[in-house]
Amino acid sequence: MAKSGLLKSSIAKKVAMALSGLFLMLFLAQHFFINMMSVFSADVFNSISHFMGTNPLIQFVIQPILIVGVVFHFIMGFVLDIQNKKARPVGYASYNGAANASWASRNMIISGSVILAFLALHFYDFWFPEMVYKYIEFNPADETRYFHELAEKFVSPVRTGLYSLSFILLSLHLRHGFSSSFQSIGQNNKYTKGMKNFGLWFSVVVPLGFVVIALFHHFNH
Amino acid sequence: MKLTLKIWRQKNAQDKGKMVDYKIDGIEPDMSFLEMLDVFNEQQINAGEEPVAFDHDCREGICGMCSLFINGEAHGPDRGVTTCQLHMRMFKDGDTITIEPFRAAAFPVVKDLVVDRSSFDRIQHAGGFISVNTSGNTIDANTIPVNKKDADAAFDAATCIGCGACVATCKNSSAMLFVSAKVSQYALLPQGQVEAADRVLNMVKQMDEEGFGNCTNTGACEIECPKGISLENIARMNREYMSASLKG
Repeated sequence: MAKSGLLKSSIAKKVAMALSGLFLMLFLAQHFFINMMSVFSADVFNSISHFMGTNPLIQFVIQPILIVGVVFHFIMGFVLDIQNKKARPVGYASYNGAANASWASRNMIISGSVILAFLALHFYDFWFPEMVYKYIEFNPADETRYFHELAEKFVSPVRTGLYSLSFILLSLHLRHGFSSSFQSIGQNNKYTKGMKNFGLWFSVVVPLGFVVIALFHHFNH
Repeated sequence: MKLTLKIWRQKNAQDKGKMVDYKIDGIEPDMSFLEMLDVFNEQQINAGEEPVAFDHDCREGICGMCSLFINGEAHGPDRGVTTCQLHMRMFKDGDTITIEPFRAAAFPVVKDLVVDRSSFDRIQHAGGFISVNTSGNTIDANTIPVNKKDADAAFDAATCIGCGACVATCKNSSAMLFVSAKVSQYALLPQGQVEAADRVLNMVKQMDEEGFGNCTNTGACEIECPKGISLENIARMNREYMSASLKG
């Protein structure tokens, strides 16, 4: 029997990228849903945020899994990119990549890097203050603070602009990443066309929704 | 047609190589690209210069020998063709044409436009076959009924000529389309299913050892493949590989 390469083969790596990507897209969908609530009702947004921020299962099980997923997806993305560059040590004098593949599919490392930079800003804005508030300063639970904290961040036009720009790159990343994930886990069949259409909608609606949320709070403060 | 050719010249595997500009005249639009290079080489020989080395064999699109990266695309700007099937009518009088060898660490340049694609042979040796007793009592393959749909899909995969355009065009130099075609060709047939798990594990292992890049599903390989090998084969190989790995 041939030896399994489940841990280090090129196929195992792409399957791992796909599964972590699908998991992150699922997270993105729920994040989108919760943030969208802030446009319609501050109270609903506050109560969902309070639940997410205080539920032990979410805080101490799902949140660490999510962080591992994010870190893994980024590290593996850079590792694969380095390996892929090594696979062509001498480049072409003329390479017409646009002739046969989309910009989004050829530049996942660029869109991914922008998303990584965005995440650093996003963690600085929300996650680190949240961790300090709850687990370092041990402040009492306040169910009404979330909407105010969110809206406050989007007063700055620079931050609102940076967030919106990042969501455009997120859209391009999802544009290729969604359908690519299914191909990587071996799903290319009669459902592929429908799945690609759904992926196209997902890659437009979710980032556009985040832009709308940022602009809404910027102009309604 | 009058053309300017920018051709990669490299004396041998150790030489650094460089792009060199040439002028050529008297090219007919109905010539194949390789015939244009024949005319060019004749011009070089008559001028006492070194002709450019390039691979070719059948010149009817079935051997996979002719390679060449032309104006930034494997086998040039036409679709579903090898370089011998590419015609000069795809270009305009006065055009500048860039001609380079297929580039990949696993396809080292031998000379000028000739690359060593024996890494593909080694992948084939690792599992691209079925083990059949050929000592005189071989059973006719046609005695085993095969579903028409599977037979057609296996045949489509078997049309891969191993030219390496998929590797050359992929931004990652991935050989997934080639390997998946060879894996699918057998995985879909009862004769190949006996060794399916070993085959996919061994071929992928060899592919990785040869230094090809990782597939990121850009789909460029499928577009540039002269035989139209589908990405469905890569999805099938991924399934076969994960299934074989999980079974241990």
